[in-house]
Amino acid sequence: MYKILEKKVLSDTVKLMKIKAPLVAKKAKSGQFIILRIDEKGERIPLTIADYDRKNGTVTVIFMEVGKTTKQLGKLNIGDNLLNFAGPLGNPSEIKKYGTVVMIGGGVGIAPLYPIVRDLKKIGNYVISILGARNEKLLMLEKEIEEYSDEIFITTDDGSKGHKGFVSDILKKLINEGRKINMVMAIGPVIMMKVVTDVTRPFKIKTLVSLNPIMVDGTGMCGGCRVSVGEETKFACVDGPEFDGHLVDFKNLNLRNRRFLCQEEEACMCTGV
Amino acid sequence: MAKVKTEKHKMPEQEPKKRIKNFNEVPYGYDKETAIEEAKRCLQCKKKPCTEGCPVEIDIPGFIVCVANGEFDKAAEIIKAKNNLPAVSGRVCPYENQCEGLCTVKKISLYAEPVGIGRLERFIADYERNKGVKIPKIKKPTGKKVAIVGSGPAGLTCAGDLAKMGHSVTIFEALHAPGGVLMYGIPEFRLPKEIVNAEVDYIKKLGVEINYDVVVGKTITVDELKNDYDAIFIGTGAGLPRWLRIPGENLDGVYSANEFLTRVNMMKAYQFPKYDTPVKIGKIVATFGAGNVAMDCARTALRLGAEKSYIIYRRSEIEMPARKEEIHHAKEEGVIFKFLTNPIKFFGDENGILKEAEFIKMKLGEPDDSGRRRPIPMPGSEFKMKIDTALVAIGQSPNPLIPQTVKGLKIGKHGNIETDKDGRTNIPGIFAGGDIATGAATVILAMGAGKKAAKAINKYLKLKK
Repeated sequence: MYKILEKKVLSDTVKLMKIKAPLVAKKAKSGQFIILRIDEKGERIPLTIADYDRKNGTVTVIFMEVGKTTKQLGKLNIGDNLLNFAGPLGNPSEIKKYGTVVMIGGGVGIAPLYPIVRDLKKIGNYVISILGARNEKLLMLEKEIEEYSDEIFITTDDGSKGHKGFVSDILKKLINEGRKINMVMAIGPVIMMKVVTDVTRPFKIKTLVSLNPIMVDGTGMCGGCRVSVGEETKFACVDGPEFDGHLVDFKNLNLRNRRFLCQEEEACMCTGV
Repeated sequence: MAKVKTEKHKMPEQEPKKRIKNFNEVPYGYDKETAIEEAKRCLQCKKKPCTEGCPVEIDIPGFIVCVANGEFDKAAEIIKAKNNLPAVSGRVCPYENQCEGLCTVKKISLYAEPVGIGRLERFIADYERNKGVKIPKIKKPTGKKVAIVGSGPAGLTCAGDLAKMGHSVTIFEALHAPGGVLMYGIPEFRLPKEIVNAEVDYIKKLGVEINYDVVVGKTITVDELKNDYDAIFIGTGAGLPRWLRIPGENLDGVYSANEFLTRVNMMKAYQFPKYDTPVKIGKIVATFGAGNVAMDCARTALRLGAEKSYIIYRRSEIEMPARKEEIHHAKEEGVIFKFLTNPIKFFGDENGILKEAEFIKMKLGEPDDSGRRRPIPMPGSEFKMKIDTALVAIGQSPNPLIPQTVKGLKIGKHGNIETDKDGRTNIPGIFAGGDIATGAATVILAMGAGKKAAKAINKYLKLKK
């Protein structure tokens, strides 16, 4: 059993939880994920690690309530337990000196971006962060990321904060200004990651994306999380979750992520979450 | 010599029409009277070829004579002396190629069937479980600690044997449930999960501790385990699915056998939405491959409501690697077999959902490395067929997680861990067995490997200071 030690409501649908999981916390690195299961009848879902505390043995996850399990998880409180919490899974982000990096987070994708921003800054990169959300309320971790960024830009779809528009607008602007960019990382909705890779492709800027497709085991066994990367089929769980964004087939990824949408609705209806 | 009945006593089963609407076990097992009668068919020959054919070396005539005499408890003791998981092997063993294949009764006449050793093992295991399992004597603690990686048939067997020898044993399991392939792979109707749990309980009662959610190689490494344990056994199986490598394989509607079966068996998707994990099944389902896993997929598809369930196999009927019993059951249930047929492309609709596949007819050429005649495509024979769900069951490779993360461990060309016949790897103190060492094989061979490794580990621990 894995106890919830802390819970923060970041917005109506986005929640943060600190979970006691000492073995996972001991090994966790930025860019990796965990798989959790709430109870005996629950499904296994992957969540990217938003932070970890080795000393206190905790792992932080931030999630948006989109399906049956995340809605049910959002209703749990401090002191409640999760039945299973396995990890850290996947490969950690490559933390090295690139030079200037542009770190782009969209919506709940800002959460897993944070520890990578921190690690890349600590190692001496010049970090430009671009955070986007539909509106101001859905923005998160702005202060935390600002602390480890040399420059930070905010965008909202409705203009309630920062630039009215998309993260890709700012990225384009930076490129057009002739800024030398050594690496771009984008974590967020599939469409956002696709647009970012479309922007950087003509300039041949290395662009990494972190994928979080539907998984079952998370250890390379089922292949449910397979993605087309270039000519190859890769498993997000063991080969990823980060891939060269210019090679990812986002259309297929989007389709595969919608595989069980009808069942998801049915599960929500049946259990009333 | 008394006249022996040439036929095995039949084991009653659920009617095919009825059973394709549920996930309950297909055979019901022998009753006491039938078991005794079947046991009496054993000639008690001196050579015991059956025992030689048993990967875990059960004294088969020894337990069968007890059954014939109605001494079921004694029979259970004899089986358990060698086999920690008899209710499992009594259901999924390929007896026809092992003990029963070598049975002397078979040699009496052309039509004589062997003694139903598998059915008798199952009868005794079920008898013992229903009565309450007896825990055998455990040797006094040796103070030695052994870590077992993976709780599948190899790991459970190795753990059970080592515990009986007095060692302190801890199993590390990546998933949330024990049993490995017994839990995620083999369907409920062939191996009820309640039975797997009961067998695991027995192993726990021997003193074995099981830690779940520990992905060795990620959560903790083998090198770290070496600091805390005197020996390590790796039994992580062949969990990596193989693919057809044809266009359209990533469409919605194409599953690896592993994903499909894990959803249905371990995650209980057949009880969705009572259980959260969903599975989608179309009207027309095609399973690729003809091994036991393929039969499991095709039969599971029918139970989930598929109108037509095909087995598509590139070779012919006689090359099918599945057990005869599984093929027989699949045919009875209405699975349609298409031989000498290979898929070449999947097609999706505008939403990326599988709707059709293109196939090519094959013919058999000269024998290949496996000794079976090689299938060769016949140009011009291409045809299309509408399918909604594709299940790829063409085999699994060893899971690469451990081989990749243990420094200096010798790996074979198929990604397997190289061991000697007793499970020793090139690193002292690290042992391996089951599918991770041999590539995908059977439950009983994994159990046999676990057993041999337990002996080798015991020897190693005695010599170690």
